[in-house]
Amino acid sequence: MGYKWSWNVIVRSFPLLLAGAGLTIRLTCIAVGMGILIGTFVGIGRVSKNKFIFTLSSIYVNFIRGTPLLVQLYLFYFGLPALLGFPIPPFPAAILSMSINSGAYVAEIVRAGIQSIDQGQMEAARSLGMTYHQAMKYVIIPQTFKRIIPPLGNEFIAMLKDSSIVSVIALEELVRKGYLVMGRTFRSFEVWTAVAFLFLFMTFPIAQLVNFAERRLKQND
Amino acid sequence: MIKVNALHKKFGRLHVLKGITNQINQGEVVCVIGPSGSGKSTFLRCLNLLEQPSSGQIFFEGKEITDYQKININKVRVEMGMVFQRFNLFPHMSVLDNICLAPVKVRNLSREEAEVRAYSLLGKVGLQDKALAFPDKLSGGQQQRVAIARALSLQPKVMLFDEPTSALDPEMIKEVLEVMKNLGKEGMTMVVVTHEMGFAREVADRVLFMDDGLIVEENTPAKIFSSPQNERTKMFLSKIL
Repeated sequence: MGYKWSWNVIVRSFPLLLAGAGLTIRLTCIAVGMGILIGTFVGIGRVSKNKFIFTLSSIYVNFIRGTPLLVQLYLFYFGLPALLGFPIPPFPAAILSMSINSGAYVAEIVRAGIQSIDQGQMEAARSLGMTYHQAMKYVIIPQTFKRIIPPLGNEFIAMLKDSSIVSVIALEELVRKGYLVMGRTFRSFEVWTAVAFLFLFMTFPIAQLVNFAERRLKQND
Repeated sequence: MIKVNALHKKFGRLHVLKGITNQINQGEVVCVIGPSGSGKSTFLRCLNLLEQPSSGQIFFEGKEITDYQKININKVRVEMGMVFQRFNLFPHMSVLDNICLAPVKVRNLSREEAEVRAYSLLGKVGLQDKALAFPDKLSGGQQQRVAIARALSLQPKVMLFDEPTSALDPEMIKEVLEVMKNLGKEGMTMVVVTHEMGFAREVADRVLFMDDGLIVEENTPAKIFSSPQNERTKMFLSKIL
């Protein structure tokens, strides 16, 4: 083979890649943060007895989960501007599509979390004269949040990896930076190895935290 | 205090309550006994509309609570405390918070007032020292006593007990029954679905025997246990006594 590994390429391109990783984290944090906000409401909608709310939230969840993130991104970056008549810059387009995507997945996590809470909790709350709304707010949702911390961690990891898709609209996150460095140095093996490990450095600690949280929750059950 | 008229409840094709007519009077302790599957719990859960009756009427203090257009069921439930077989304490809250939640959120009491009331209720069930504990640190019997205190927190006019000792280890049954007994002595109106015949015999003013969705026989405990009239009552009692 005779390939000669060059540490030099990695060292010199490292600040660039690190900046890319910074944007990757920023995009993911905002998207999942917004996703949790959206997903909480939509997830509650998915267990609602109100047919209209239930149908609306189900359409949203199914549409998003049944279509690729890449297509959703194109819809917001290319499609929506055509409709509105003005361009949407890459960063807002990326945040918008990633948040809306994450919201659907978080909604399903929240729904499953709510449904995993013992029926007796709702009954006890209602028997104390609380409204459905109060029972959800004070009794069901707080217990749900604790229980969904591990799957939310997994959603964060998935979104962090999927965020690489926004490289196609020229947002200079980690993968896009990888392309740039590769074009400049032609050292594709070193560059993509470095990119892979940078992703791993971000996802692995979170995965460990998820494991830890899962063990803790099991002890408490 | 509670009047039930021709109450039916169906779950899909399963006909659980087949026309119950009865009355619970103020200050009365009524025990409901009968084989499992006879509809005892469903009957009890209909009284505060945790189950919606398929037909028939329920009156509480003269008002028809099955008239869903006119009645605010949350207001009615405030007057009826309920204790469940599996306690159903809120696991993410301390004992104190479990008891204070409804008075603060539903009755708009201040936190201080609610706490004063909670401590006095905890005293009543003998658990003042556990106020700050979480439910998972308590024994089953202690949890059920907290659940009773919680159900009392809104100062209800009637207490509904759904097999309150069925999920308990034998050595903890007594402490819960003791609390219930005292409650009865204080004049609380109580409807108790139970398998504890000793409790029914000692505390109940009236015993209802249910079988196959109907109240088959009712009488004072002395009479129903010593000389049951109905064949099904006789058969049931002969099996368990």
